Amino acid sequence: MTVATTTAPHERISAAIRAAAAQGPALVAFMTAGYPRREAFRAQLAAVAGAADVVEIGVPFTDPMADGVTIQRSSRGALAQGVTLRWILDELAAMPQVEAPLLLMSYLNPLLAFGYADLAAAAERARVAGFIVPDLPFDEGGELAAALDARGIALVQMATPVTTAERLAQVCGASRGFVYAVTMTGTTGKNVAVPEAVMAYLDRVRAVSRVPVCAGFGIRSREQVARLAGHVDGVVVGSALVEVLERGEDPAAWLRALRPGTA
Amino acid sequence: MSSVMVHDRKRLLADSIAGKFPDARGRFGPFGGRYVPETLIPAIERLEAGLRAHLHAPDFQRELAEELHSWVGRPTALTHARRLGARWGADVWLKREDLAHTGAHKINNAIGQALLAKRLGATRVVAETGAGQHGVASAAACARVGLPCTVYMGAVDMERQAPNVGRMRLLGAEVVPVTEGDKTLRAAVDEALRDWVADPLGTYYLLGSAIGPHPYPYLVRELQTIIGREAREQMLARAGSLPDVLIACVGGGSNSIGIFHPFIADAAVEIVGIEAGGRGRALGENSATLALGRPGVLQGAYSLLLQDPHGQIQETHSISAGLDYPGVGPEHALLQAAGRVSYETASDDEALAAVKECCEAEGILPALESAHALAGARRWAAAHPGKRILIGLSGRGDKDMPTLQRTLIAQIEAGALGARP
Repeated sequence: MTVATTTAPHERISAAIRAAAAQGPALVAFMTAGYPRREAFRAQLAAVAGAADVVEIGVPFTDPMADGVTIQRSSRGALAQGVTLRWILDELAAMPQVEAPLLLMSYLNPLLAFGYADLAAAAERARVAGFIVPDLPFDEGGELAAALDARGIALVQMATPVTTAERLAQVCGASRGFVYAVTMTGTTGKNVAVPEAVMAYLDRVRAVSRVPVCAGFGIRSREQVARLAGHVDGVVVGSALVEVLERGEDPAAWLRALRPGTA
Repeated sequence: MSSVMVHDRKRLLADSIAGKFPDARGRFGPFGGRYVPETLIPAIERLEAGLRAHLHAPDFQRELAEELHSWVGRPTALTHARRLGARWGADVWLKREDLAHTGAHKINNAIGQALLAKRLGATRVVAETGAGQHGVASAAACARVGLPCTVYMGAVDMERQAPNVGRMRLLGAEVVPVTEGDKTLRAAVDEALRDWVADPLGTYYLLGSAIGPHPYPYLVRELQTIIGREAREQMLARAGSLPDVLIACVGGGSNSIGIFHPFIADAAVEIVGIEAGGRGRALGENSATLALGRPGVLQGAYSLLLQDPHGQIQETHSISAGLDYPGVGPEHALLQAAGRVSYETASDDEALAAVKECCEAEGILPALESAHALAGARRWAAAHPGKRILIGLSGRGDKDMPTLQRTLIAQIEAGALGARP
């Protein structure tokens, strides 16, 4: 590995989103690690990564306060099968690298219990390019951001429709990989109509951010993705994909059908 | 906490007495902060600004004092518990929050926050409840100020505190059962937070304990210190001195921080918090967060938590729903780290025995939560004969009738039957 040709992990995330965005919003696909079946994790990740541009792997937590019923259920199901952060990192380190950059979505306490220094090293070994931590606003996140930054790993920040202009600039300035623009106030998993006001808000985020902007929370249909085209660089699909996986359907086919212009 | 050095302890205590906590970042030493989804940041900042504008403003304090006096019934009595004292070989005093309107200290906080919600222009209030006392207090306070109120309550708690569910509904609140997670207080907080996230600017979250993100631990403390301020004055007036020891039960820690805080600077007063020891020391068998937990982040704050080595929050157990919580307010974590308050446990059985003893000796039916403080005080008295003890009696036990019927009352009735020829 030579320094000149090394791309920092956070840059791989941004580059993957930008490359895909030429043909419509990039797909950032969320799955809870080891759900519905722990044994199927590697195969499931390979299938999702084959059809998505970036994969967000959910670390289960007992108290997912920003999540709706689907991800509460998947978290509980993964925990019941003994899925831990350490198991996830070991699995990722052991499996063949997938092309799509990987992020971990975790509430803060499992990361604290792991220890930030160990976490950054283990994440690098597991080829994890970034983290999303829904209960860690950027002004509390300096210590984690520093540990991850030292290895070029992204800490993705979230913007919301109620974020003030002043804070939006700070959030976007602190974010690496992409900015996660929450489409609505509320928890994950509800269907949203994407009204004009949301488009205007997404345009505001994109005007401020130097990294790509991906919209998430409540994205379930190709119509929504098509409507967001031109306003975001990517979309995050979470609860809907978890439900596809729960039903035992093919995640790759479902993801491909989300892209506008597909038959 | 072993990681806190002796000189740090002294500085933490000095800073605590000097009123430096919470600091500008919402910290009590290393504990506290605001670990919440970005969506809640504007609501929390608005609440902080609201506190700065109103909480200590003379007109708000006048309005609050009037409500506390004429609606809550403050000041609550200080009772000289002579027969308990004779049994224990001590001079025992009870601060009677069970005499406050709706039956517990929770009302002090609920009416204060409901008045604040009104001033902040909220259109509805959400609250969580464990034992149901905060739910009842919130429902009553919202009725008093004219705001609609939704209360989230774990399905397990709804069963064991059934009388309070009916009271909340009668007081006009919508009670939503929480069937997720552990189905107790922690799951109810998660669900209330989810509700708040959906409408952060119109909804006011009336948090019931000294937990959660800044500024809640500070706000709840400020509204509950009325207990300790009254008790301190009453002790000086009635007993002629401060107590040798002050004892209260600790779940999330609102009644205890309320009675402890005005005594923190009184170095001669020993302070002891009693947590729920449940059925034993193993994970899942108790709710003894300070005695047995490790630092972590749950529901908005960095504090001590009952968790496994992977950072997953543990289910807890206590016979008292109000203490059945795996976290604790960050200021208690500080007071423990600073060496100012020692935290011990009382078991389910000790609490039940204390309910019985207090009923028999003083004609007072204490809440199961408060009974933990009585059990801890009894033990302290045995180790320190002839001392003056002040106990925070945080609430009355009427709400515990379903549990008491299955335990103490069943025993009495079985005994009565057995005694017949």
